[in-house]
Amino acid sequence: MEFRTYSSPHLSPASDVSVVMRRVLYALGPGLVCAWWFFGWGVIFNTLFASLAAVAAEALMLRLRHRPVGPQLSDNSALLTGVLLGLALPPLAPWWVAVIGGLFAIVVAKQLYGGLGHNPFNPAMIGYVVVLISFPREMTYWPNAADSGMRALTLIESLDWSLLGNLPPDVSLDALTRATPMDSAKIELGLGNTLSEIRTEPLFGDFGGHGFEWINLWFLVGGLWLLYTRTIRWQIPVGMLASLFGISLIFFVSDPDSYLSPLFQLFSGATMLGAFFIATDPVSASTTPRGRIIYGAGIGIITYLIRTWGGYPEGIAFGVLLMNMAAPTIDYYTQPRAFGHQRDGE
Amino acid sequence: MSAPDIQLRDFHGGLHLPANKDISTSQPVRRAPLPSRLVIPLQQHIGEPAAPLVKPGDRVLKGQRIARAEGFVSVPSHASSSGTVVEIDEYPVPHPSGLGMTCIMIELDGEDKWIEPEAEIADFTSLDPSELRNRVREAGIVGLGGAGFPSYIKMNPGPGRRIDLLIVNGAECEPYISCDDMLMRERPDEILGGIAILLHALQAERCVIAVEDNKPTAIVSLQAELARRGEDRIQLIELPTRYPTGGERQLIRLLTGREVPARGLPADIGMICHNPATVAAIYRAIYRREPLISRIVTVTGEGVAAPCNLEALIGTPVSELIEACGGYTSAVDRLIMGGPMMGFSLTTDAVPVIKTTNCLLATTPRELSHPKAPMPCIRCGECAEVCPADLLPQQLYWYAHTRDFDKTQDYNLFDCIECGCCAYVCPSHIPLVQYYRFAKTEIWAQERERQRSELARQRHQVRLERIERDKRERTERLREKKRALKEPAASGEDPKTAAIQAALERAKARKAAAAVAPRNISDLTPEQQRMIAEVDERRRAAARDRAGSKTGAK
Repeated sequence: MEFRTYSSPHLSPASDVSVVMRRVLYALGPGLVCAWWFFGWGVIFNTLFASLAAVAAEALMLRLRHRPVGPQLSDNSALLTGVLLGLALPPLAPWWVAVIGGLFAIVVAKQLYGGLGHNPFNPAMIGYVVVLISFPREMTYWPNAADSGMRALTLIESLDWSLLGNLPPDVSLDALTRATPMDSAKIELGLGNTLSEIRTEPLFGDFGGHGFEWINLWFLVGGLWLLYTRTIRWQIPVGMLASLFGISLIFFVSDPDSYLSPLFQLFSGATMLGAFFIATDPVSASTTPRGRIIYGAGIGIITYLIRTWGGYPEGIAFGVLLMNMAAPTIDYYTQPRAFGHQRDGE
Repeated sequence: MSAPDIQLRDFHGGLHLPANKDISTSQPVRRAPLPSRLVIPLQQHIGEPAAPLVKPGDRVLKGQRIARAEGFVSVPSHASSSGTVVEIDEYPVPHPSGLGMTCIMIELDGEDKWIEPEAEIADFTSLDPSELRNRVREAGIVGLGGAGFPSYIKMNPGPGRRIDLLIVNGAECEPYISCDDMLMRERPDEILGGIAILLHALQAERCVIAVEDNKPTAIVSLQAELARRGEDRIQLIELPTRYPTGGERQLIRLLTGREVPARGLPADIGMICHNPATVAAIYRAIYRREPLISRIVTVTGEGVAAPCNLEALIGTPVSELIEACGGYTSAVDRLIMGGPMMGFSLTTDAVPVIKTTNCLLATTPRELSHPKAPMPCIRCGECAEVCPADLLPQQLYWYAHTRDFDKTQDYNLFDCIECGCCAYVCPSHIPLVQYYRFAKTEIWAQERERQRSELARQRHQVRLERIERDKRERTERLREKKRALKEPAASGEDPKTAAIQAALERAKARKAAAAVAPRNISDLTPEQQRMIAEVDERRRAAARDRAGSKTGAK
């Protein structure tokens, strides 16, 4: 009898990229709900628009590149890029910010480099940085937290604002938005105020920025679930959080009135989203176990430098992109000792 | 160096795989029916193929040597049953390449008549290690675990090396395969007998039999035999079940915490590993003077009607073993020699069972599904998490795939044992091992090419030098000649006439020389003759030595 031949191993692989991506999407759920609760429907619209733009761009580009559209779309990677970008945007940013970010992320940062697996930079962060630099005003549209007693938009009002730019007659944009806690801390410190004064403002919560601290906590929960299910490995998040904690601790101890506390750093801005969901994008990150620690630590340090002394309120996107550039070199110099090889210097 | 402590440690990576061994272990090992025809490949081992000693038409008896070892890394082959040699020709053999090989075809007479047996020996300890090695070699024994490396070489630690620990690798970690399990259950006496021989041959003090804990029956059986013998040099160790514990290097690391150097052998750290079936074959070769003509083969998978273990003669067509297990089931679509992780797929079941055939796995698409279309690598690093050689499979893939073979070597491509763990966990379904094999083959080919061109370059260099030297010498001679012509000859003859005369004489001499058959040993100086005599003497002495060691061995 004749048989077709196959190459070993013959046992069928146990996992699937789309399953991995889907798990990451599920893990974003709690944080997404929390963000919606604090910052309203804009969070959902951003996520939706950015995802739609990303998936549409992916499909179009795959078609133009004569790649199988169906199987590659079903890996969910474009959807994940869109969701991450949407979550990073200010909730009151208009629809076209999310769409431009999503398109740029997929078309330029991913597909022009060869698609999934070939992009040197994290597509979601490229999309984010592009809109951050291009539309600095829209990128400050952070609303008041829902429990701050200030006016917030309803579902219909949010949609009207996002799509058509119409606000209800009783409210102005200025009344709706305010600086983020981190931004405001930086401004006030620049004005010569001390942190002990600044932190009494309602913008600040118990251990992080008001609202942000809870969103961060839920992203942390999702991230821990990803670790538990072995969807991601511990090195990048631990490296990043530890270095951010460590460096902020040094400055905080040296002058608690001028430098934000380590806890505040961990539970403000996009720290947890960045540590567990963005920096862990395997394609553009370092891939060796030791390299991932260094990679994560680098992001933590760059994030701190930008948050503290830089011109932008949040530094994670730049931290991720800068470390993306360093990843191949890190990988080369952090190869694990192969079995039966001598340790270095032995 | 003293014998290392045996205390279970850990190795990096590995997988817990569904074992699927029970389906073939419910019945005891059966003898497969005598086939009508045997196909015995001249190469069933790593190394040089054997050279046939028989020709078509010859009658052969069971156990008769039909091919002799050719070179150091080679072993002879034997007729597994009695009959007539009908053909010596290229025939499909089980090999990953799918290429054929020269085989000796024997039409069996059905009598299964043994060759006149040599006298059994009562006490192997009266034989010295080199004699034991010779007998193991003559019996055609190779590693039966799958690699097929001539076992007699592994019985020789080499000068200045001491073997502290003999490891009998009964891990049998790959799913489905159960031939070693069955052997350990049913013939622990042969294994322990073989160990005693190996300990003597290696002059080693200790032996560990390592068995995965999913083989409780085998462990009980070995324990009972150990207790019966009261053998205290042999220790039985239960291993946690994990693939690839049975990898030689992983097993040594697990048992002793020591790593075999990447470019070295276990013997470099004082250890030798043998498969239990090899050990049993050594026992039979020494005690019963029985060459390796049969082995236990697991025939299993959903593709066969009645999976079981068969004692099969080497050379039996695979199709006949499948027949003996009730034939194929209707859904069969794949036939594998070896296990589902490292075995290779056969194109046809017309190939014979060879010495390294441990398992025939016939599967249906339900148990081993068809490969899915590969997706791009997302560098998730799952492969690195399970790699038992601590490599970075994702980087190896990246460079193999872009044909950057130098980089693949920077990432230690050649330490890959092709266990398949990486491909099994790959969420993108990339056939990683295939890429590594491709890169290895390309590098070997480049290396051969490089050596060839280096040789050609050297030859060219030498040729250029020779031409240069010839030219120099010619101009030198010419100058000499001119000077001679200018000087007036002492005899008063005209120098020109003298030169012409000399040239004529030279031409005449050349003609005369051409007339007799030119031989390069005529006109030798006494010095050269003395050297030739010396060389001849050395050769004769060496031949005498060899003959002496052979007769001494008998």
